[in-house]
Amino acid sequence: MSKIKFIGVKKAFPGHGAEAVIALDGIDLGIGQDEFVSVVGPSGCGKSTLLYLLGGFLELSAGQILVDGKPVTEPSPERGIVFQHFALFPWKTVMGNVEFGLAESGMPKDERRAVAQRYIDMVKLTGFEHSFPNRLSGGMQQRVALARTLACDPDVLLMDEPFGALDAQTRHILQQELLEIWRRQKKTVLFVTHDVREAVILSERVVVLSARPGRIKAVLDTKLGADAPRTAVEDLCETIWSLLREEMALTA
Amino acid sequence: MRAANAIAGTLYYYAPVALLILCWDLGSRLGLLSADLLPSPEATLAAFRAVLDSGELAQQASVSLFRESMGFLASVVVGTVLGIAMARIEWARVLIRPVVTFFYPMPKTALIPILLLWFGLGDMSKIAAIFLGCLLPVVISSYNGARGVEPLLVWSARSLGAGKFGVLWKIILMAALPDILSGVRMALALSWLLLVSAELLLAQKGLGFMIGYYGETGDYATMFSAIIVVVLIGSISDRLFLALMGWSLRWRNLSA
Repeated sequence: MSKIKFIGVKKAFPGHGAEAVIALDGIDLGIGQDEFVSVVGPSGCGKSTLLYLLGGFLELSAGQILVDGKPVTEPSPERGIVFQHFALFPWKTVMGNVEFGLAESGMPKDERRAVAQRYIDMVKLTGFEHSFPNRLSGGMQQRVALARTLACDPDVLLMDEPFGALDAQTRHILQQELLEIWRRQKKTVLFVTHDVREAVILSERVVVLSARPGRIKAVLDTKLGADAPRTAVEDLCETIWSLLREEMALTA
Repeated sequence: MRAANAIAGTLYYYAPVALLILCWDLGSRLGLLSADLLPSPEATLAAFRAVLDSGELAQQASVSLFRESMGFLASVVVGTVLGIAMARIEWARVLIRPVVTFFYPMPKTALIPILLLWFGLGDMSKIAAIFLGCLLPVVISSYNGARGVEPLLVWSARSLGAGKFGVLWKIILMAALPDILSGVRMALALSWLLLVSAELLLAQKGLGFMIGYYGETGDYATMFSAIIVVVLIGSISDRLFLALMGWSLRWRNLSA
């Protein structure tokens, strides 16, 4: 049984005129327990909207999203999210940010300080506990956001282009760290990106969405065994690129 | 060394004020300023000593400070709650916004006579005047601050387990704090204006009453020393508030 199930999901936003803008339509998708799935698609195809719906931040126009068989109605710490622009609480220190969710869960102060410290160490920010976010680089801020979300130990990790605002080098390092974390503490990950290569390298399956209204155009298996040929990554990227080019031709 | 620099900086900053006092003194000594219109610094200081020693000043000032702080604090608490509610809760906006918009341009001092009529000569009418006069600047700055909060901060907090109500004061209040505090600073300045106006108009105690009373009895030196006390309290409270504001917003201006 799937951990997450999208059933006939549709999302329309009220348009400027009378006509509503349909962002997503007829999305059916199952994601297995501890699976790492990426979503790619042309800009404006509704891939972030898909994530926000699963997060419980937006209301569905039609269909259903089930997590462990229960419909999603509102945000929950079971489904942690990391945003492209970090969305840290600027008035809280690194420690204060990472402790936030733990405090909400009612964890006593000593214990939550210890847990938060463990996650701060894990994302390699030891020594920055008392810094405010605007003192930190983009990469460091995203590490804080990751620690803040992981500290709540969510079953499902939602990532909205989390490395899109970072420079290439930082992005590469954080990708590797994310993979390491995911291997160690198994989680179900839904990862939205516009970077095809990133999607192929990180995930086990890649979902390609069509141009607006976003529908599922293809789902590719991108789990590469150790014996996969060296060109496997390039071949997969090329396949996805050609799918995307068809969609771009429709909108460009 | 740093402390010495800070003191030197402060002296430099206030040098024009000292110069003004010097001109006042010189003008009085040279007979350019008539003692009937503006008592000399010397006479003012002597009058100040007299009311200080008799205990009158402390008594009147404490009455005024009590009225001011009650009215001001009430307006800060109520104004912040109303402003945030107006920004984040649909029915509160429908209910409150038209009232705020309607009363905003009204000169706050216009309320004083009717409040005196309702609440009498004592503390309550002054507190009410300060509360009502300071309320709208706080409401409006809180409303503007709370409306502009980055939605992703709210989503983050919700996904970390915060409830819809908890978000209002854990996220919205904190994110709107820079706007709220600048509105509160405006209210603080207004509170002194309202206090003195109300006490001047009708009161039996307070610094405003002192100003009016000694003005009417022709003791301008004492009147002037009361005015200077009001100026000093107002300006010190503003400096203290600025320091508090800088501390609570220290997360903002820390560019490395």
